[in-house]
Amino acid sequence: MKRVSLVFTLALAAGLSTQAASAQTLKTVKDRGMLSCGVSQGLPGFSSPDDKGNWTGLDVDICRAVAAAIFNDPSKIKFVPLSAKDRFTALQSGEIDVLSRNTTWTLSRDTSLGANFTGVTYYDGQGFLVKKSLKVNSALELNSASVCVQTGTTTEQNLADYFKSNNMKYEVIAFASADETVKAYESGRCDVFTSDVSQLYAERLKLSNPADHAVLPEVISKEPLGPMVRHGDDQWFDLVKWTLYAMVDAEELGITQKNVDDMAKSDKPELKRVFGTDGNLGEQLGVTKQWVSQIVKAVGNYGESFDRNVGAGSKLGIARGLNQLWNKGGIQYAPPIR
Amino acid sequence: MSIEPRAPPPQFVFRLKRALGGRAGWGGFALQILFVAVLVWIGYEIVANARANLQSQRITSGFGFLNNTAGFDVSQNLIPYSGSDTYTRVFLVGLLNTLLVSIIGIFFATVIGFMVALGRLSPNWLLSRISGAYVELVRNLPVLFQILFWYLAVLAALPNPRQSISLFGTFFLSNRGLVVPKPIADPGLEPFALAILVAIVACLLLRSYARRQLFESGRMIRIWPYVVGLLIGLPLLTALIFGAPVTFEIPELKGFNFSGGSRLIPEFVALTLALSTYTAAFIAEIVRAGIQSVHQGQMEAGASLGLSRGSTLRLIVVPQALRVILPPLTNQYLNLTKNSSLAVAIGYPDLVSVFAGTTLSQTGQAIEIIGITMGVYLLISLVTSAIMSFYGWRLSRSLEA
Repeated sequence: MKRVSLVFTLALAAGLSTQAASAQTLKTVKDRGMLSCGVSQGLPGFSSPDDKGNWTGLDVDICRAVAAAIFNDPSKIKFVPLSAKDRFTALQSGEIDVLSRNTTWTLSRDTSLGANFTGVTYYDGQGFLVKKSLKVNSALELNSASVCVQTGTTTEQNLADYFKSNNMKYEVIAFASADETVKAYESGRCDVFTSDVSQLYAERLKLSNPADHAVLPEVISKEPLGPMVRHGDDQWFDLVKWTLYAMVDAEELGITQKNVDDMAKSDKPELKRVFGTDGNLGEQLGVTKQWVSQIVKAVGNYGESFDRNVGAGSKLGIARGLNQLWNKGGIQYAPPIR
Repeated sequence: MSIEPRAPPPQFVFRLKRALGGRAGWGGFALQILFVAVLVWIGYEIVANARANLQSQRITSGFGFLNNTAGFDVSQNLIPYSGSDTYTRVFLVGLLNTLLVSIIGIFFATVIGFMVALGRLSPNWLLSRISGAYVELVRNLPVLFQILFWYLAVLAALPNPRQSISLFGTFFLSNRGLVVPKPIADPGLEPFALAILVAIVACLLLRSYARRQLFESGRMIRIWPYVVGLLIGLPLLTALIFGAPVTFEIPELKGFNFSGGSRLIPEFVALTLALSTYTAAFIAEIVRAGIQSVHQGQMEAGASLGLSRGSTLRLIVVPQALRVILPPLTNQYLNLTKNSSLAVAIGYPDLVSVFAGTTLSQTGQAIEIIGITMGVYLLISLVTSAIMSFYGWRLSRSLEA
């Protein structure tokens, strides 16, 4: 692990010392014919490779959507699996074009890392996973517990804050990768495994007997997860940002993977703008007029992607909750495409 | 025919030319200057460019972050630490954890290594085969694998705290580590510590007296009964007069874990075990090679003087072998220290884990943090090899004397 971060750091030092600061990411990606996308090392539902090596997940779909908008081909991607602590260095060094790896949007990350968050793909919060045999029903009963956590995450700080403000003692054991953390939890080294709730559900599937473990009801933090791009390239920032908005707007407008071709023929002015039969909104972003239909054909709208990867249609079975559209009781809201 | 008196060679200029330019003379000197200038220029360009680009991308740089609050906790800290301390404190906590594992690992690796080497050279067939098998097994498996083996296969198999293995109701062994009673200082501690100090000094004086007697008049004095008496008797006496030096806080099972007592965390145990047994296998081979490099005649000479095998090894062979052993032994010590950064795989909070890991990803200042971390490892290694060189220098001086 040390070696990996060292490589990225050297790449960062070398990259920063040679590369001009005004990066033209879109042009670079088009010339390369391939989008380089930073993902997790395997988190079911968000980004994980299947047995054939195909990456799937909600975070992966964001990258696929960006590739679809640029190349009209969601397979033109190189996925770079990153640990939590290597991810920002990989983005800063130019190793990846987009970081789509369940990363929490915080002020310090937005300002000091030389990168920007482009939006929120999943509204999450931190929770606790415990063995049912411990008979714990609330996080407030966790005094003196041993807690396993993945290092390099906001989770570590939230954990310290939560136990401190509730006057509880605990022991923290921090591991470099999610797999090592879960292994230690399963072996009984810790009483509790803490992470974002979505991740807890995903990791629980990997345990030998998922039904023996329960997620406690407390959610102790706000964890808005979203993609990141480098500072200093507004065109690229806009494209990645609007790719997510396009998926959310598509759901709101009722455009799905199945009906996208029919909808494209509609003469409603709103849909004509979205599908590029009226105006040139896509070209303003630096891609084609048909960018929205390319995105939806490739990965579906936001709701479809959610259901397929983490929601009702997936093994995780997480309820939409906060991630429902704004007009259906959630807070997913995208500015209009016009 | 008159002989022209040859001008004496311009000694000073000549020497200067040789010193600066070597055999190539002034041309070589110019080349060296040019080479150094190019190196400095490249270094300057790298630093200046990186700075400019960091600024233009508005990535925070500099060392100001060291004064910011860390906001996360660490499972093992040798100095008081809480989440509200600064990153500087985190750095110190991590550094001390690294040093702790390195020093204890080096100690055990050396002891095990010497024992295995002597075992391998032993005339006892079984002992030498077992030692040989140990070396071949342990040094041929990757060290990360061995760390994970100790951590996930051996220590994790221990029972949970509620079913922990208890010794006399005071020591508890579980998958959370070994919990032992914690000594708490009482007023009797100061005279007690003083008594131990006095006993140690007295023993050292006794030893040098006995040696002088041996060398000057050939009298052997058995000093060990006095040593034992001094080391145990004197502190015991003060404890009787001034009261017990410490009281022990007995750990108790409360909720999930033991409260009270001090604890040896399993991450530390697994890492120390793996690193010391792994490095010991290499040290054993180095020691064996060193001992075998001493001429067989030395062993025979010792035997003909009537010394036992152990005394011959201790007094004659090992001191000569040390000269050969020391340089490669230093390498192994350095390797052990550097390998301790594998701690991150099992969640032991060493320097790489808490500083180049958590701190790096929380501040995002990769260049500064990796730079500091590399500097620290370099410093630890240089100090280690300086100590070993000093020891080697003293050794060769005493062998020549």
